[in-house]
Amino acid sequence: MKKIINDPETVVQDALRGMQAAHSDLLTVHHDPAVIVRADAPVAGKVALISGGGSGHEPLHGGFVGRGMLAAACPGPVFTSPTSDQVVDAIARTDGGAGALLIVKNYTGDVLNFEMAAELAETEVRSVVIDDDVAVKDSLYTAGRRGVGGTVLLEKIVGAAAERGDDLAACEALALRVIASVRSMGLALTACTVPHVGEPSFELADDEMEIGIGIHGEPGRQKVPVSTASEMVAALLEPILSDLPFSSGDRVLLFTNGMGGTPLIELYLAHGIAEQLLADRGITVERRLVGPYITSLEMQGMSITLLRLDDEMVELWDAPVHTPALRWGV
Amino acid sequence: MIQDHRDELVRLDQAIGDADHGENMKRGFTAVVARLDAEPPDTPGKVLKLVATTLISTVGGAAGPLYGTAFLRAASAVGDASELDCDTVARALQAALDGVIARGKAAVGDKTMVDALTPAVAAASCAEGTVAAALAAAADAAAEGANSTVPMVARKGRASYLGERSAGHMDPGSRSTALLLRSFADTAAKS
Repeated sequence: MKKIINDPETVVQDALRGMQAAHSDLLTVHHDPAVIVRADAPVAGKVALISGGGSGHEPLHGGFVGRGMLAAACPGPVFTSPTSDQVVDAIARTDGGAGALLIVKNYTGDVLNFEMAAELAETEVRSVVIDDDVAVKDSLYTAGRRGVGGTVLLEKIVGAAAERGDDLAACEALALRVIASVRSMGLALTACTVPHVGEPSFELADDEMEIGIGIHGEPGRQKVPVSTASEMVAALLEPILSDLPFSSGDRVLLFTNGMGGTPLIELYLAHGIAEQLLADRGITVERRLVGPYITSLEMQGMSITLLRLDDEMVELWDAPVHTPALRWGV
Repeated sequence: MIQDHRDELVRLDQAIGDADHGENMKRGFTAVVARLDAEPPDTPGKVLKLVATTLISTVGGAAGPLYGTAFLRAASAVGDASELDCDTVARALQAALDGVIARGKAAVGDKTMVDALTPAVAAASCAEGTVAAALAAAADAAAEGANSTVPMVARKGRASYLGERSAGHMDPGSRSTALLLRSFADTAAKS
């Protein structure tokens, strides 16, 4: 294992110190329990949008803390959900009197810890669970679909609503509308290595790729031979399009995401193919995001997320945002 | 015990999960030992409660809330009894199982810790009357229960994403449950 770390046991806290140093104008990092809070929190009269999850997905979630997005993020250990006392602490630190909305990615650990936190918090709290990964069958026989790329879009759009002063019920309703309209799927060319494990999380031969991966180094739907970029993009887009389903005339946001180890040249290449495939289907790409925003350590691979837009979502997407990882309109 | 088996739990979790179970349990129980050493509680119920709150605040993942809830319910079942008799232990195990099921909504056959804990509760018989005998029987049953998860297809947790590919591996949560019960049994046998 080659990594820029001092000690696998302190990777997260060491990285948080660097994050504080780099972005002290935007956020404040608290330790024990670890919580990343926007620098001007609590903001009176505004709903506090709070998320969190295992570390190793940076910039998700801490990189999205700041004006127009998250009030706080709770970073767990690498690929492990935060504990409920982190979430309780985040709720208390950001309480501006308008309640808190928790954005929870659908993983058993995250759901259980956020659920316990919501029970323990002294503020009015609502929770939404995002489960946009079409690679997982949603049935009685699984934990349900995972929360992946759609989380980034959800945090941006609902964060803008909270910033403009929408109340808790309105933020929750908007979040549910975004969740109902967003779908994602990913693939990996290589596995990733969790620092405290020290070896790759699954096996992939040089000529293989894993389709339908999540963001925790867990294996996906199936191993297949590596194909051309056009075939890869089609393999991700087709299940997404047929799932919602998206249809001709839809307006969408296309999010082409890197898994951490994929160079931008390849992401742009893939993004261009996806734009063309959508144009061929009569689907209008009105907004786009390209880059590594929800990652899986150093994994090479990509995911594609499609969000069906309405006028309000477009307006909120375009609204000013000032965070370490997303910044426009300021 | 958990310390010694950390790597094994990591490997089991790597096969069908996300390779964090061993590390999470080690972190949690290291904190438990430190807190018990620092301020030893004076009743079994208080020990169980301290274990519960420590695990909830240190383990993360699904195991933190699940084991936390189990120990919390066991603490309530034990109450302020100054010593544990066999009936109390059996009641505490049942309460722990009920708590895990309520929190995690898993059933027998889903390839989870419930598959180890359910037969353990059933086997914790007080016919011989001693806590040590009941816990030894529970630990044996939990180990068998953990083995029974190998051919199962997971229906809960991250392993469920694998579908049929989850078969052929032991569920790490059932294994850690069996290890904990073995550790309780060994401790009871020595006291």
